[in-house]
Amino acid sequence: MTTVAPGRTDRADNGASSGKGDPRGRLPRIPDRIRHGGLPYLLLLPAVALELLVHLIPMVIGIVMSFRRLTQFYIRNWGEAPWAALDNYKVAVDFDAPIGRALLHSFYVTCLFTVFAVGLSWLFGVAAAIMMQENFRGRGFLRAVFLTPYALPVYAAVITWAFMFQRDNGLINHVLHDQLGLTDQPSFWLIGDNSFVALVVVAVWKSWPFAFLIVMAGLQNIPRELYEAAAIDGAGVWQQIRKITLPSLRPVNQVLVLVLFLWTFNDFNTPYVLFGRAAPEAADLISVHIYQSSFVAWNFGSGSAMSVLLLLFLLLVTAAYLLLTSRGRRGADA
Amino acid sequence: MPRPPRSPSAPPQSFLWTRRVVLTFLAAFALLPVYVMVSSSLKPLQDVSGKFRWIPSTFTIRPYFDIWDTVPLARYFLNSLIVAGAATVLSVVIAVFAAYAVSRYRFRGRRVFTITVLSTQMFPGILFLLPLFLIFVNIGNSTGIALYGSRGGLILTYLTFSLPFSIWMLIGYFDSIPRDLDEAATVDGCGPLGALFRVVVPAAVPGIVAVAVYAFMTAWGEVLFASVMTNDVTRTLSVGLKGYATQNDIYWNQVMAASLVVSVPVVAGFLLLQRYLVAGLTAGAVK
Repeated sequence: MTTVAPGRTDRADNGASSGKGDPRGRLPRIPDRIRHGGLPYLLLLPAVALELLVHLIPMVIGIVMSFRRLTQFYIRNWGEAPWAALDNYKVAVDFDAPIGRALLHSFYVTCLFTVFAVGLSWLFGVAAAIMMQENFRGRGFLRAVFLTPYALPVYAAVITWAFMFQRDNGLINHVLHDQLGLTDQPSFWLIGDNSFVALVVVAVWKSWPFAFLIVMAGLQNIPRELYEAAAIDGAGVWQQIRKITLPSLRPVNQVLVLVLFLWTFNDFNTPYVLFGRAAPEAADLISVHIYQSSFVAWNFGSGSAMSVLLLLFLLLVTAAYLLLTSRGRRGADA
Repeated sequence: MPRPPRSPSAPPQSFLWTRRVVLTFLAAFALLPVYVMVSSSLKPLQDVSGKFRWIPSTFTIRPYFDIWDTVPLARYFLNSLIVAGAATVLSVVIAVFAAYAVSRYRFRGRRVFTITVLSTQMFPGILFLLPLFLIFVNIGNSTGIALYGSRGGLILTYLTFSLPFSIWMLIGYFDSIPRDLDEAATVDGCGPLGALFRVVVPAAVPGIVAVAVYAFMTAWGEVLFASVMTNDVTRTLSVGLKGYATQNDIYWNQVMAASLVVSVPVVAGFLLLQRYLVAGLTAGAVK
């Protein structure tokens, strides 16, 4: 992967680093403390123990659960829940039956939502970072303003948006209907088809500052000489952005888009606070959908099967993305 | 950090105007909810129940007194403070040891460990929520230890996201601290742990602060686990704020006042430590 940090030392251990067979003198030099015996394992012990406890064991249990008929009657001693073989999975992917159809719809909504939210967040973040590359009066203040949505606790911010989207006493309808007269009557924003728009707006508001932050750091790494040389060659600001800034940002962008994708696709907090327990159909994101199937319909087996399917999907997409981008980078280097 | 101008010639008008328009739009977008929050928290109830007003008809600070009585906000506040604080301290302390091992030693299983930690970042919380819920309920049944609904249980679940993040960020930070420093300490007769506490940790204070603030912010704003794993006594702010909605009316002015009150600590901390955070996030986050 790429380094974005200023002054970050190069790590000579990418890939093959057993410490053995490394020619001495490669940086960073590995001291003789390499004959450390069990010390690193001792240092890692608490972390490994907790990782097992909060991640690995629950994951195994989650996978086992997905093969059982785990309804509310078995919550208290789930070891006795009857085996369901692949039934939970069959139901989840039976797109002609209600459960499968709802899951497919939710998956489709989540994909669409992710495309819009990630695309816009990325666009705003890059635009803001490039426009703030040069120093001007008030830049520091503006940076603090841009980072405020990122700092606000999610539920406090999203509940404010929920208030703004209220039909009768919200700001959005007041501006669109009363002040600008763009709509014939005040619209509903938190139910029906408009809820998708509301969800995207809130998600973008929440995540574009993160994109801004990362791109801003990436810009620090572009050598000034490039711009100076371009200026001497007579390239204007726009051309410099197109020819130098954007290509230099490619590695940063690749990581940024992946992180934004994973966050957005798994987002639970935004829809849950905005719509409550049952999201409208047009904004039924997959995390809330699984939550709903598990805790409201009390079918943990089915919920676990959906979680496992979601996990497989995320693993596939991430692996494919990493393969594609690294190949693209190799091609660009060649 | 002020930078000298990019090119000898000043940027053209087209760029300056684009910059004005883009930055103004984004600033308005970012601050609009903040304005709504602040102005609505100073309005009487009829202002927030009727048509939206940009300016309160009469300014009142009543909501700021009422919020504490409508719901047990102080208790939620305390719960959030305990849970987020404990999760942060635990994560950071454990992560310091782990990151030191990964950054300074080469050992069997090192890559497996880092890849495992990294990959858990991409899993949705819901994936861990169901099994953890079941584990807690069943432990409670068989041993009588009440994890489900307790603060301790919630702290444990919060480690699912705060610990991997802290480990990952601190590895990046420790890597950027020159190895010669701790080698010199070892030559001077420090043991490996002495080198960690006397050299590496002091040098990494900005990074540790950044990671701690970030972990605290994430825990402070977490909704999913809090909505399932708490009860009336242990409820945190992220769930408790729903309490302002009653059967017939939502006290929006109080909701906004409460939102502002719970935001102030984290926003203030964030803006104060912004420099550390920006440097820290980027040193550890993208590699």
